[in-house]
Amino acid sequence: MVVKVYKPCVPLSAIATSSTHGEDSPYFAGWRAYDEDPYDATTNPSGVIQMGLAENQVSFDLFEKYLEEHQEVSKLVNDIGGFRENALFQDYHGLNSFRKAMASFMEEIRGGKVKFDSNRIVLTAGATAANELLTFIIANPGDALLVPTPYYPGFGRDLRWRTGVNIIPVNCNSSNKFQITKQALEEAYAKAEKANLQVKGLLMTNPSNPLGTAMTRPVLEEILNFISSKNMHLISDEIYSGSVFSSEEFISIAEILEERGYADAQRVHIVYSLSKDLGLPGFRVGAIYSYNDAVVTTARRMSSFTLVSSQTQKMLSPMLSDVNFTKNYIKTNRGRLKRRYDYVVEKLRECGIECLHGNAGLFCWMNLKPLLEEATTDGELKLWETILKDLKLDISPGSSCHCTEPGWFRVCFANMSIETLDVALSRFTSFMEKRRKT
Amino acid sequence: MTRFSRASSNPSPETNPAPPRLKSDEGPAMRIIVPLQGVVQGRGGLVLGSLLPCALFYFLQLYLKSRNRPSQSPPSSPPTTLSTPDDHHASPSSPPSASGSTIHRTLSRGLLSPRSHPNVSSRAAAVARPDEDSLYYVGYKKCLRDPFHRVDNPEGIIQLGLAENRLSQDLILDWLEKNAYGALLGGDKPGELNIMGLTTYLPFDGSDNFKNAVAGFMGQVLQESVLFDPSQIVLTSGATPAMEILSFCLADPGNAFLVPSPYYPGWDRDIKWRTGVELVPVPCRSTDNFNISIPALERAYTQAKKRGLKIRAVLIANPTNPTGHVLSRDTLIDLLDFVTEKNIHLISDEVFAGSIHGESKFVSVAEVLESEGIDKTRVHIVYGLSKDLPLPGFRVGVIHSYNETVIAASAKLARFSSVSAPTQQLLTVMLSDKQFISNYLEANRQRMRRMYLLFVDALKQVGIECANSEAGFYCWADMSRYITSYSEKGEKKLWEKLLTVAKVNVTPGLSCHCIEPGWFRCCFTTLTEEDIPLVVERMKRVTQGPK
Repeated sequence: MVVKVYKPCVPLSAIATSSTHGEDSPYFAGWRAYDEDPYDATTNPSGVIQMGLAENQVSFDLFEKYLEEHQEVSKLVNDIGGFRENALFQDYHGLNSFRKAMASFMEEIRGGKVKFDSNRIVLTAGATAANELLTFIIANPGDALLVPTPYYPGFGRDLRWRTGVNIIPVNCNSSNKFQITKQALEEAYAKAEKANLQVKGLLMTNPSNPLGTAMTRPVLEEILNFISSKNMHLISDEIYSGSVFSSEEFISIAEILEERGYADAQRVHIVYSLSKDLGLPGFRVGAIYSYNDAVVTTARRMSSFTLVSSQTQKMLSPMLSDVNFTKNYIKTNRGRLKRRYDYVVEKLRECGIECLHGNAGLFCWMNLKPLLEEATTDGELKLWETILKDLKLDISPGSSCHCTEPGWFRVCFANMSIETLDVALSRFTSFMEKRRKT
Repeated sequence: MTRFSRASSNPSPETNPAPPRLKSDEGPAMRIIVPLQGVVQGRGGLVLGSLLPCALFYFLQLYLKSRNRPSQSPPSSPPTTLSTPDDHHASPSSPPSASGSTIHRTLSRGLLSPRSHPNVSSRAAAVARPDEDSLYYVGYKKCLRDPFHRVDNPEGIIQLGLAENRLSQDLILDWLEKNAYGALLGGDKPGELNIMGLTTYLPFDGSDNFKNAVAGFMGQVLQESVLFDPSQIVLTSGATPAMEILSFCLADPGNAFLVPSPYYPGWDRDIKWRTGVELVPVPCRSTDNFNISIPALERAYTQAKKRGLKIRAVLIANPTNPTGHVLSRDTLIDLLDFVTEKNIHLISDEVFAGSIHGESKFVSVAEVLESEGIDKTRVHIVYGLSKDLPLPGFRVGVIHSYNETVIAASAKLARFSSVSAPTQQLLTVMLSDKQFISNYLEANRQRMRRMYLLFVDALKQVGIECANSEAGFYCWADMSRYITSYSEKGEKKLWEKLLTVAKVNVTPGLSCHCIEPGWFRCCFTTLTEEDIPLVVERMKRVTQGPK
């Protein structure tokens, strides 16, 4: 028997109906434009070239080669026998061998300058999940995190949506190459206090997305002192650490902590992932490394919501533990990224566009201030639209990254072939030429 | 404030670099009473809320004391953090890290002053409580440390508390051996590797191919009585996040779901932790065969309203866990009428839909919707591959909804819990192998039926009757005649006896919010036929031993 009663639509939660996912911003609008009209060298040469996605495709041939040469490893996909012992569906510890492999890989990236204890690693399905998890753990709804600007547009969603936590920006600008200053930190903290928000931590990305720069030692020291003095947590998102062009130029927060004898290390948590450095975003492999036991335990339990496939762990474990492979991979990947970066910056300079001097990452931070009709966010968005519609290039406007200085854009260069990159660069060149003529 | 144990006053770099024990014996009282109140079905009022927790507190104190005594060793690894399932035979006090971590433990001394380290959130504090204080997890952990093995550890604890199906794993393994390599890495030409599709970003809620394969599989499980539309499904890394994501979408913090009990213990964690959503158990009775009662739902709804608690959904499992029932068409229609009248949602967790070993035909709520013309936007199905296919480690869960907003929001939220690309690729091929799936489902059904009958019979031999089950991995066993006092305390005592004397880990009904003491959930799908006599022998230690 069906009771037909006219009632309004069944209500949903605030989370389901809010727009905190942030996908209405230009950052994502550009992706949609690409989805609707994607560039293809043969079938759609006038399509949109995606320069708004930080993906690393320059080195996946190394991964492929490894699998070819180690057929026995790739046969491990058959081996769910090991999962007989390990098929416990609440196995949030992850495979021992895989955690060790991750620790080893993270050590390799830091040139062996720090040691990581595999028991402090909590695996998550990607760094997105890791950042959200840590936010759930260190902050209550209504609390705040300080995040230096410009920052990854996804943070607005990852750190705030389900957690109910606020972001207070720590504003940086080009006067000092966008470096974080003590003054900026204090200002942001004061702002939070004024708004009656409890600041529970600082989340920084090192190397920075979207700047493409590795943080310097003095800045890291300054930050550590600041968070200690305010008794807050520090999350260091180091997912681009393997993409620093030269290993000497990257200093992990882990190094500073080790030098300080791990005093105050309880506050610090590192986020890592294989999506950028290894170019395996589809695998969904992320990790939290925490020096805080309570955080490790809690994160482990909470990781039930975001476990890494045991098949994936088994598949990657031998490769990440293979020091010969990882050493070579890291070195080669860094070299290729540097070459691409230098190439892009040079070509852009030739047509009159300058970029921030960067030393890391899959993108460059492009200065288009001279091209703005008006030095405002509107002016920037107007320019962004022009570039998307006329040049058919999807680049990310600085305002999406919460940059307070209009006119900066993030341009990704590692997610395409060199041929496609050349096409993109030639479009910039023609655009600048046309402008010079008019 | 988190407590850490005092590290030794003169730590040397060679000191075993184990993290400080998190389990502190200082002031455990409140830490145990509060979560136990949750175990005791939450809002039980003053009597249940204070007397019972006190009784349980004393019991647990005794239990913890007896557990701590043998494993007393100086600052070594707390098993909770460091023992891993891989190290089945590692002792709890073995050094955690072979690579010689140089993290100095001196820093824990600096934590003793209150201002010297930042707190974790209250959400985290609730989660970080030692051992999660639920018998469900206590038993699970004990079993990890002393697991039964026919050859290596015949006196170990037999795990009957974990829903794993080992009966037909060999069939899956067989398929994988023949097909996995090609499915995963094979290119179009023989000998060619093609991993490009694996490495790039996929849609967070699953690739189209994989969605098609999963939708097809779900249809096959239901013997094509329903055609699932791939655009109405969101794939997640397991049914656990699927349930949580759905909860985030359907309710705000402080709202509640009505849940017929006994129910799956994991929901208390999965749904309540981070969403702030409450679960209100609606007891079903043995006299009623543990069937869902609409009048009971009505009463619970009214009571909740009086308390100012907003009910947003009714949550059911079909087939039910732990009772293993297949819900009748009429029950489903009644439930749909109920939620329609109240203008709330219905969540149907159908993870065991493909694990029917009895005679009844399984009817999904989706099937009823098709034929009854009810507003579909309030009905949501949670599914996963961990039960019907023994691939829990692969992490594949499903949200199926007819509600556009729910699908849109869930698809975005799936980014926090996506299925790994190689897994998607591999399973797309496996699930598309309809012949294999069909053979597997049928063979598994028969093996489950056989083992169920053997197990039920074995329990009968020691005087334990089971409720009639038709699905799932469990028997719902009535051991009330063996408890000394017909109460929760009595049930806990019996559970403890089963764990320590019979060395069998079963799930006590109280963990499932069963209001009738003496019921236990026993999983039979991890056993082989040879194990059955052993189980009988073990049970006799309790059923025939001194009370």
